[in-house]
Amino acid sequence: MAGGASPGGSATTDTYAGARNWLLMPAWLVLGILSLAPVAMMLVYSFLTKEFRGGVIWEFSLAAYDQFFFDRGLFGDEPPRIEWTYISIFWRSIWQAGLATLMSLLIGFPTAYFIATRPEKVRPIWVFLITIPYWVNLLIRTVSMKFLLRDNGPLNDFLMSTGLIGEPIHIINTNFAVQLGLFYSYLPFMVLPIYASVERYNFTLSEAAADLYASKWVTLRRILLPTVKPGVIAGCILVFVPSLGSFLAPDLLGGAKNFMIGSLIEEQFKGSAGNWPFGAAIAMVLLTMVLILLLLFARQQARADREAGQ
Amino acid sequence: MTAKTDVRNYPGFIAITILCLVILYAPLLVVTAYSFNASASITIWEGLSVRWYIDVFTGPESAKFKSAAMNSFSIALMAATTATIIATCAATAMVRGGKFRGRTLSFGLISLPLMVPEIVTAVATLIFFNAIGFTRGYTTILAAHIAFCIPFAYLPISARMQGIEGTYEQAAQDLYATRAQAFRYILLPLMMPGIISGFLLAFIISLDDFIITNFVKGAGIETLPTAIFGSVKQGIKPNIMAISTMLLGVSVVMVTISYFVSKKDNTQ
Repeated sequence: MAGGASPGGSATTDTYAGARNWLLMPAWLVLGILSLAPVAMMLVYSFLTKEFRGGVIWEFSLAAYDQFFFDRGLFGDEPPRIEWTYISIFWRSIWQAGLATLMSLLIGFPTAYFIATRPEKVRPIWVFLITIPYWVNLLIRTVSMKFLLRDNGPLNDFLMSTGLIGEPIHIINTNFAVQLGLFYSYLPFMVLPIYASVERYNFTLSEAAADLYASKWVTLRRILLPTVKPGVIAGCILVFVPSLGSFLAPDLLGGAKNFMIGSLIEEQFKGSAGNWPFGAAIAMVLLTMVLILLLLFARQQARADREAGQ
Repeated sequence: MTAKTDVRNYPGFIAITILCLVILYAPLLVVTAYSFNASASITIWEGLSVRWYIDVFTGPESAKFKSAAMNSFSIALMAATTATIIATCAATAMVRGGKFRGRTLSFGLISLPLMVPEIVTAVATLIFFNAIGFTRGYTTILAAHIAFCIPFAYLPISARMQGIEGTYEQAAQDLYATRAQAFRYILLPLMMPGIISGFLLAFIISLDDFIITNFVKGAGIETLPTAIFGSVKQGIKPNIMAISTMLLGVSVVMVTISYFVSKKDNTQ
């Protein structure tokens, strides 16, 4: 998603136009079979009947979606009421991902701005420093976070040795730990697009504002922010979307009480307690939400591009 | 001049940047430091030692880690190689194939693994293998990895190709080089930094994947991340910190190589 720019480029030629279909064939085949077909198959499975030992029976059924949205009582014979269990898990996931996005924005924006205003030669080094952690295994980063935040872990040890706190703060297995984990997982995604926008920003605009006696913060809010808004939105999407469906941070840092969509889906495919059509249905709901979000984002970016072109 | 820099600088932004770097690196540095702890407890520091590194290779769990590492590295090598070849072909068609119908669609298909949340890809791939009656194991992990590695290999390769002027290949063709020769002797060498960088990124992405692997691996086969996850579920042990530190080192080295390969090229 980081390369969401148009596929065209400056040095686009038609030298190999004759071999085009042959060159694209492997990608079409592999992704068609291993990315597109599986999503289609998942849609089909969400409308099938569950097999109790995992898997499905090939009989059409709306049971999975019905279970998601409606509560028909213990024996399924009561009039349907809205089932809040799963909607509230979705709501909690949105809330958690939203807070993680906000935290990333508050830290990421100043960082991106600071890097973009460094001399041109040292900027790549700063960007490199921000990207390295992203390439480190997400599992290892989450485990490291868990290690750091433990009740008797290094963070509490450090805070107690400085005398800031008298006894360990309990962070692990709270909602805050999950937000912190998500924030930590995807922070580089916030910094990079904002950096790219600020780098293109024309600072004479800020100078003009200063000449007209605008204060720095007014300039930031009224001139800079509206100009770099597409980058800010891109950063928020890039943090929010993977946070929403994340599995590792809630599972390792949140404990059983802070369930999110990812764990709910995973549970449906593990052992005999699982329900494959229901898992497929939840994944479909998640995918639909994400695609709507990306579509709105693409339209917003297209509008921003048009405005910039004028 | 001072007024100009003054307009750009906001008080406190440098402090936040430093905080940002501390947050990004502190957990990794702490785990690296504690992996050299001589103590069997993860809480008490008892001095420097490489004891847990030796434990990873010779301890009671070494057989498990060895087979997991073999699986992880062989899958990453094959998946990254295949994905890089597919991505190179696709990038040539997209960047050097002129304008054509279905180009946006092809780009969408190539970036599909980046847009679909990982957990959804994991579920979908599991269901797919189940539906076609394919037994889960090494092959299913490899197939899934090839698919999600393609966009990561594609992006640096196509970015690099967009930076190469088409005139070089046209000059070669004017001198009676065939299209294949122009590709082999002109475009491919010029693209090499992008290809290497794409390969390395795909390799790391494959090596790091937990969620998709966890769904499609089936019983009885582990990669390093799934083995680590299984251990961590019972609590963080010092040998896990040692193995994590080594894996972390591999990623950092590969990203650094990738960075310098692509950077060296820009100065040409």
